[in-house]
Amino acid sequence: MAGTHSRFRPLWLVKYPLLFGTALMFLFPIFALIMATFKTGRDLMRYGITFQTLIPETFDFKNYGYLIDGKDGIYLTWYKNSLILTVFQTGLSLFFSSLVGYGLGAYRFIGRNFLFVLVLFVMLVPLQILILPLYSMMIDIGGMDTYWGALLPFLVSPFAIFFFRQYAVGIPKDYLDAGRVDGLNEYSIFFRITAPLMAPAFGAMAILTSQQAWNSFLWPLIVMRTSQMLTLPIGLNSLLTPYGNNYNMLISGAAMASLPLIVVFFFFQKYFMSGLTTGGIKG
Amino acid sequence: MSMKSRLNTMRVAPYVFVAPFLVAFVCFYLYPIATTILMSFQNVVPGQTSFIGLTNYGNIINSDFWDALRVGLIYTVLTIAILVPVPIVFAVLLNSGSRRLNTVHRAMFFLPSLVSVVVAGTVFRLMFASTDKAVVNGVLKMVGINPVDWLLGGAAQAMFLMVFLATWRWLGVNLIYFISGLQAIPEELYEAAEIDGANPLQRFFRITLPLLKPTIVFVTTISIFGGFAMFEESYIFWQGLSPNNVGLTMVGLLYKRGFQQGDLGMASTYGLVLMIIVFTLSLAQLKLFGFFRKED
Repeated sequence: MAGTHSRFRPLWLVKYPLLFGTALMFLFPIFALIMATFKTGRDLMRYGITFQTLIPETFDFKNYGYLIDGKDGIYLTWYKNSLILTVFQTGLSLFFSSLVGYGLGAYRFIGRNFLFVLVLFVMLVPLQILILPLYSMMIDIGGMDTYWGALLPFLVSPFAIFFFRQYAVGIPKDYLDAGRVDGLNEYSIFFRITAPLMAPAFGAMAILTSQQAWNSFLWPLIVMRTSQMLTLPIGLNSLLTPYGNNYNMLISGAAMASLPLIVVFFFFQKYFMSGLTTGGIKG
Repeated sequence: MSMKSRLNTMRVAPYVFVAPFLVAFVCFYLYPIATTILMSFQNVVPGQTSFIGLTNYGNIINSDFWDALRVGLIYTVLTIAILVPVPIVFAVLLNSGSRRLNTVHRAMFFLPSLVSVVVAGTVFRLMFASTDKAVVNGVLKMVGINPVDWLLGGAAQAMFLMVFLATWRWLGVNLIYFISGLQAIPEELYEAAEIDGANPLQRFFRITLPLLKPTIVFVTTISIFGGFAMFEESYIFWQGLSPNNVGLTMVGLLYKRGFQQGDLGMASTYGLVLMIIVFTLSLAQLKLFGFFRKED
């Protein structure tokens, strides 16, 4: 007993300071971002983020004012667009993907294995190479610069299907049969029995999907054309130029764009972790 | 039997459940892949698209292509060299000791992955600003190194920026993968090894690493995938126009030819080349790790 303690304590004295130091370095950019929001855009442009002026002498909230009235309040429009797209993408993608995942996991039917392999194959195709034909398609069907055009290719997520399928496989068939005996049809069984049982899977996928939707970059960059339709990342990106930036709005806008996910993370940390690991790789 | 009750049978229901995937697969994967292949043989000009055989393929090899391939390859190798071993060490350290302290550290490392790449790019531009006072150059100055123009100074500086950004954003995610991989290793193995007199280093190399192999394979695979398909990390620094192509990636090349120069045919060809590279490397890597051998 005493032996174990005396053997492990010295290691702690090295380990935690080392980890804590590194972790602080990882948090530094986030801290620096928050501090920079209180500086003038001109100072940021001229000096960047420096150690000497890391914590501003006076806290100036003007940059936050620009978010509300700068450029006719365009930032709030971007925020609204991002919120709408995130809510709809998460809701619809979870709905469709859970149906498919459940179908693949809970039933035996001809073509099931083939479909499952297809899901795995699709997970290996980089979306980036499909943007050109998808872009042509959006022009043809009038989806450019619209919410639905930004959503359409993401309504069914292969990863979410895979995740729900792994979860559905583990649901005892007796539950489903009990529902059948009670006279429920196949779809009621899904909505009344299976979906509630899959609640943790919905939680994990809701977090993961909304994170991806909120930070989504390449596709909205292509689909959204007018300033009024931009999402937060694309709107902020439009303030970035290689040789000089509108830091007033950019810096406070960047901080506020990061806030929702960080808040959600602190409340639902467990779901972030399980979304990454459950059903994935097994030893 | 009415239409409604027929849809309700156990024989038909699964097909209704999987229908959304089938529709999405045909519309958003099969059709685009087929169009990409078709366009790679075409000169796509609005109104007068023409079939030009293998001309696009003949034009693949040019200086842009080599630049993109080189940047993609170096970026992928460097990110794997950092983002596999470092998180493994951290995961081992965070898998024993105080549970509460470990959770706090895990969260601190994970936090950067929540920040969008645009936000990260904004902060990194300011931290890596070219003045001698900015954070990174300030540190260099203390050890006697002259200020560096990170954004426009050259290929090595540009690569450092991109790899640094990737490390910051992804280390915490890989850490989670490795911690969950470690937790799947039975505790008894370590106890048995300890009784046999194995020291911590031996236990790490003889038990931890071999049993962590599936996770290592997984993380390496997604890193190859993400490395060659990288676009955003470069785009937020140079908006697709980096000096001397120091930030040009394969997807960047596809974007440049397709969207900035309007040559959809050539861009499609690059898309296919990228897909072939990613598939080949992923499969080769899986084979190298013996993933296709039946072990059980």
